[in-house]
Amino acid sequence: MEIVYVYTKKRSEFGRQCNFSDRAAELHVDIPPDDNVLEDFIERNPVDIGIQCVQEMSEHDANTERFETNVRGINHTEGGWPKDVNPNELEQVTRYRKKVEKDEVYISAVLQLGNSMEHCIKQNNAVDIYEEYFENVDAEIIDEAATAKTINVFRDPNDIKRTATHISWYPDGPRKLAVAYCNLVFQSTSPETSMESYIWDVENPNKPEMTIKPVSPLTCLEYNPKDAHILLGGCYNGQIAYWDTRKGSQPVELTPIEQSHRDPAYKTIWIQSKTGTECFSTSTDGQVLWWDIRKMGEPTDKMYLDKKQEFHNAQGAYCLEYEPTMPTKFMAGTEQGNIISCNRKAKTPLDKIAAVFTGHIGPVYALQRNPQFTKNFLSVGDWCARIWSEDIRESSIMWTKQYSSYLTDGCWSPIRPAVFFITKMDGTLDVWDIIFKQNNPTLTLQVCDCPLYSLRVQESGKLIATGSQDGTTTLLELSEGLYTMGRNEKNLVTNMFERETRREKILDTRHKEIRLKERTKEGKTEGEEGGEKPKEEVVEEEENLYTKAEKEFFDIISSEKKKQPTPNNDFSEVEKKENDINSSDANDESEKKD
Amino acid sequence: MAAEVEETLKRIQSHRGVTGTIVVNSEGIPIKTTLDNSTTVQYASLIHSLTAKARSTVRDIDPSNDLKFLRIRSRKNEIMCAPDKEFLLIVIQQDEQS
Repeated sequence: MEIVYVYTKKRSEFGRQCNFSDRAAELHVDIPPDDNVLEDFIERNPVDIGIQCVQEMSEHDANTERFETNVRGINHTEGGWPKDVNPNELEQVTRYRKKVEKDEVYISAVLQLGNSMEHCIKQNNAVDIYEEYFENVDAEIIDEAATAKTINVFRDPNDIKRTATHISWYPDGPRKLAVAYCNLVFQSTSPETSMESYIWDVENPNKPEMTIKPVSPLTCLEYNPKDAHILLGGCYNGQIAYWDTRKGSQPVELTPIEQSHRDPAYKTIWIQSKTGTECFSTSTDGQVLWWDIRKMGEPTDKMYLDKKQEFHNAQGAYCLEYEPTMPTKFMAGTEQGNIISCNRKAKTPLDKIAAVFTGHIGPVYALQRNPQFTKNFLSVGDWCARIWSEDIRESSIMWTKQYSSYLTDGCWSPIRPAVFFITKMDGTLDVWDIIFKQNNPTLTLQVCDCPLYSLRVQESGKLIATGSQDGTTTLLELSEGLYTMGRNEKNLVTNMFERETRREKILDTRHKEIRLKERTKEGKTEGEEGGEKPKEEVVEEEENLYTKAEKEFFDIISSEKKKQPTPNNDFSEVEKKENDINSSDANDESEKKD
Repeated sequence: MAAEVEETLKRIQSHRGVTGTIVVNSEGIPIKTTLDNSTTVQYASLIHSLTAKARSTVRDIDPSNDLKFLRIRSRKNEIMCAPDKEFLLIVIQQDEQS
């Protein structure tokens, strides 16, 4: 179909100015609907079109580039001397100096300056203008709420994140942190995952100060308290290695695989010794091995965490506790939830295990003696942390409430004997002050969203570093109250520990008495019944009980019916009564069982 | 006159707590010192530039003003600097309490 419309215009009117005017509508062409064409199409039904009734929005995000800083040193040379004087030539220098010293300007200047200088020196010696007047006056104890603030966050610089499994503070002041990184989930480590661990400068979270390159990822890393250049690490494959930061990133020496642990070396500790080279380690294979880093070829000593020293029965350990004041003693927390107290220098192998403390129903992840009261120690496992006394093996003397999330690590404050810290799977850090509150933590901090795995407090008790599953290490600073010892805190804590120990002792003897009584009773009844158709009697008794209970039940119902001749419209009351009946019924049943 | 200078410096040095006296010229060159060379050079260069900065600060605030004396109280000692047009006298005095 062709639609044509012809405009006609006279030649003489070309180029003329338009003169528009209104006119009525006119029809040029009329195309009626063609039914044949309709057959070629299908009607769309239903028609769906998305429509927003509100203004459409879009989301954008922008990330500003991180500003990276680094530190560089510059070498200065001595300068400023006149051209003809070489500062390295002593003769020229002295000659020049002599010349200046004869200068009149010099003489007058020094004399004048000397006077004002002397005035200041004398002033300094006469009065201490910076004297602290109120030094001896005790600052009033301010009851401010316990707080903590995040100072820095150190992220694992690798793309594939690993768990920060262990943290160690630099022994000389809070300047550096050694953090071990390792993916602890069995067989989930992809081959591209980095094996490196890092030493961080506390001030610089952008870049690790040093990289530590082990042969297998490190599960723990520990500074030598005597020599801050040396670090001891336990590898995921069970080997123990040590690094010297002066000698670079590669390990100085490794233990041979056949002599090492067969499971990840979860804990290594330096031993207090004259040489500062001895250390020991443990693993979930149940071995405790002693090493001397001067001779890493074989362990100097060996022990299995079993009472009979049998390797195949040994319990795997996650943590160790070593107190330098008790050099031959140590403790290990096992996967089975036991705490094994050992004596390394026992006369016979069977005496090596001095005591076993049972109480946790999951692996013990942290174990530490109270720095001030070494008889008492803290253990962290399953859903609670427990405080033990060495005297009582049956149960702990104090424990926290059962948390809803699993606990991962814990330790005491090095300054305050009443304060300890706990990390949990829900990413929170709890601060407990047992003098202040025993039923709840004093402070709960949500450090990050993913589970926290490791915790370490700096020697001064002010700074805490905690490592999480995604490899971020958070540095926290506590408020003053949490790292300054109260006036009679030591006495209070002593009293509390003693009181709790006494209580547990009394309870324990009471339990023993009851058990003894029960045992004698059982013995008696067994003796009386001995042999004479005990089974039938029991059946008869049971039947009696059934009928008795049934009778009681119907009695109650009938009495209830009598009580309410008209149906009660108050449903709550009816329900209540029904409940009463049910409960009495339940009681009957429980009696039956008894 | 030169002997008098020597005497002044000796007197300063003999005061209680004084561990070092250095005279530095306007270029930062140590003219007279009671310390060893490397320490002297370090003190001279650093204190000289600091004093220059301090002086310029004082004069920037008020052009008619001038720096008379600079005391640097540190944890271990006190460094006192007396500036002049041409020379700078630096005295290091140990803190009595520490």
